[in-house]
Amino acid sequence: MANVPKELRYTREHEWAKQDGDRVRIGITAYAQEQLGDVVFVELPKVGAKVTAAKNFGVVESVKAVSDLFSPVSGEVVEINGELAQKPETVNQDPYGKGWMLVVKPSSKGEWDQLLTAQQYEELIAQGGH
Amino acid sequence: MPSRYIANTPDEQKKMLGVIGAGSVEDLLVKIPPKARLGRPLGLTPALAETDLIRHMSALAARNANAESHVSFLGAGSYDHYIPSPINHMILRGEFFTAYTPYQPEASQGTLRTIYEYQTMIAELTGMDVANASIYDGASSLAEAALMAHSVTERKEIVLSRAVHPLYKRVTATYCEGPGLRLRDLPAPDGVTDLAAARQLVTTKTAALVIQTPNFYGCLEDVAAAAELAHAAGALLVVVADPVNLGVLEGPGKLGADIVVGEGQGLGVPASFGGPNLGVFAAKTELVRRMPGRLVGATVDRDGKRGFVLTLQTREQHIRRAKATSNICTNVALCALMATIYMATLGRRGLVKVGELSTAKAHYAAERLAKVPGVSLRFPAPFFKEFALKLPKAPDRLLPRLVKQGFLAGVPLKNFDRSLADCLLVAVTEKRTKAEIDAFAAALEKAVA
Repeated sequence: MANVPKELRYTREHEWAKQDGDRVRIGITAYAQEQLGDVVFVELPKVGAKVTAAKNFGVVESVKAVSDLFSPVSGEVVEINGELAQKPETVNQDPYGKGWMLVVKPSSKGEWDQLLTAQQYEELIAQGGH
Repeated sequence: MPSRYIANTPDEQKKMLGVIGAGSVEDLLVKIPPKARLGRPLGLTPALAETDLIRHMSALAARNANAESHVSFLGAGSYDHYIPSPINHMILRGEFFTAYTPYQPEASQGTLRTIYEYQTMIAELTGMDVANASIYDGASSLAEAALMAHSVTERKEIVLSRAVHPLYKRVTATYCEGPGLRLRDLPAPDGVTDLAAARQLVTTKTAALVIQTPNFYGCLEDVAAAAELAHAAGALLVVVADPVNLGVLEGPGKLGADIVVGEGQGLGVPASFGGPNLGVFAAKTELVRRMPGRLVGATVDRDGKRGFVLTLQTREQHIRRAKATSNICTNVALCALMATIYMATLGRRGLVKVGELSTAKAHYAAERLAKVPGVSLRFPAPFFKEFALKLPKAPDRLLPRLVKQGFLAGVPLKNFDRSLADCLLVAVTEKRTKAEIDAFAAALEKAVA
């Protein structure tokens, strides 16, 4: 069973979200990176771009497939992980740490509570991830 | 009577009809309303025997004037450059002779390798980091470059010089309609793009500035200045260039172009009355994931031996579906092979020679033709191998006379720009001889007198 940290929230599309003061840090889960295989490219929005909850904000490409990335919350991108351009494999090596993708300044508080808890996300992946 | 060209016999047809319970082929068509049907046999003449058919087709073909039967000064994107004989010899080999590309690496190392070499040589010539395996023609290459610039910059305006090939512009306009891109017209008075006007038109809304060099009128553009002003606005510079000229002219990539596209027909592909052609497409490394079309890469197999495979397929339709970089997931493999053999046969020195001879002969021809009374060069700007001539009589009336004397004199510009109705676009390649040019000048002199 893939690692699902208790303190994070999750989307049904396998992104994680972490409260970071008044910001939200976003990445993809250990389960997602296992399913994708070796990540070779991550395309992220620019700092200052607006993202919308449940809408596509970027692309992660592995040797097997290209998948859209979906934002857990709406808001403005205040930071992106520029290291991933040179070292996309970080997403595989440390999905919850150095493999983070975005930091967003959320525009609404309510969306956070809509996200899956660790327990709910564990149940989701136990059923095969759908 | 069984047809020689239809595989099944009357017996087989009867058997098949029996299986589905139909009495005749006619029974299969009853659902089509009678008024939608012809009601009588097609008015075809009786079939010819093969030898008669060949004679008939040869007689029809002989009525065409072409670059074999006539001395050709035709250009406007398709040129009469010399085609070395190894090209035909090599492409007719069974391993190569198909318009389709067998992409499975385990079965197609030869084809994939030639495409890889094609990409490498195109990248070197254009001064870019990476070239794709080719797309249909110069026009579709430019249209794809416009879409790519939009996708890279997320901006919706394309500023296009009026000196870019007008047909490329029309294809680009068609491609841009779907995603709602706006084409903005950049003036080119005196046959050269007005870069001062470009400074006003290229803004933070501009995805790309597009110029062509030598442009549609044959004149050379200032690529470096265009690059500077495009980049100052955060736009890409797309340059349309003819790779066969790049043995002499600097690769646009070295002058700051972000995407180089063009028609590669001059690289050993026959003009063939307008196609099939060769769409050249090259870009900078950082844009490679937005680049359309197929891409062959070099790799090693599990024994460490060098091999070739399609790469970055995750950009393409069969994986990314609606979100693919483009709808093109093929290339013109046979034409790209011709270009590969052409470039390999001529080599660096050969390509330089082709460029030097073409431009020297074009300048001789321009000087010679401008001495014909009433005839002058339409634009004062420096040109490469093609130039616009202003004629004292309507080109439409002169051309048939010159055809009769063995000359394809050039492309009348009336169809592309009404203000140039009295102009003829004349292209001169390394194939033209001094004697041919002199004879052409004499024939033109008589025709306009």
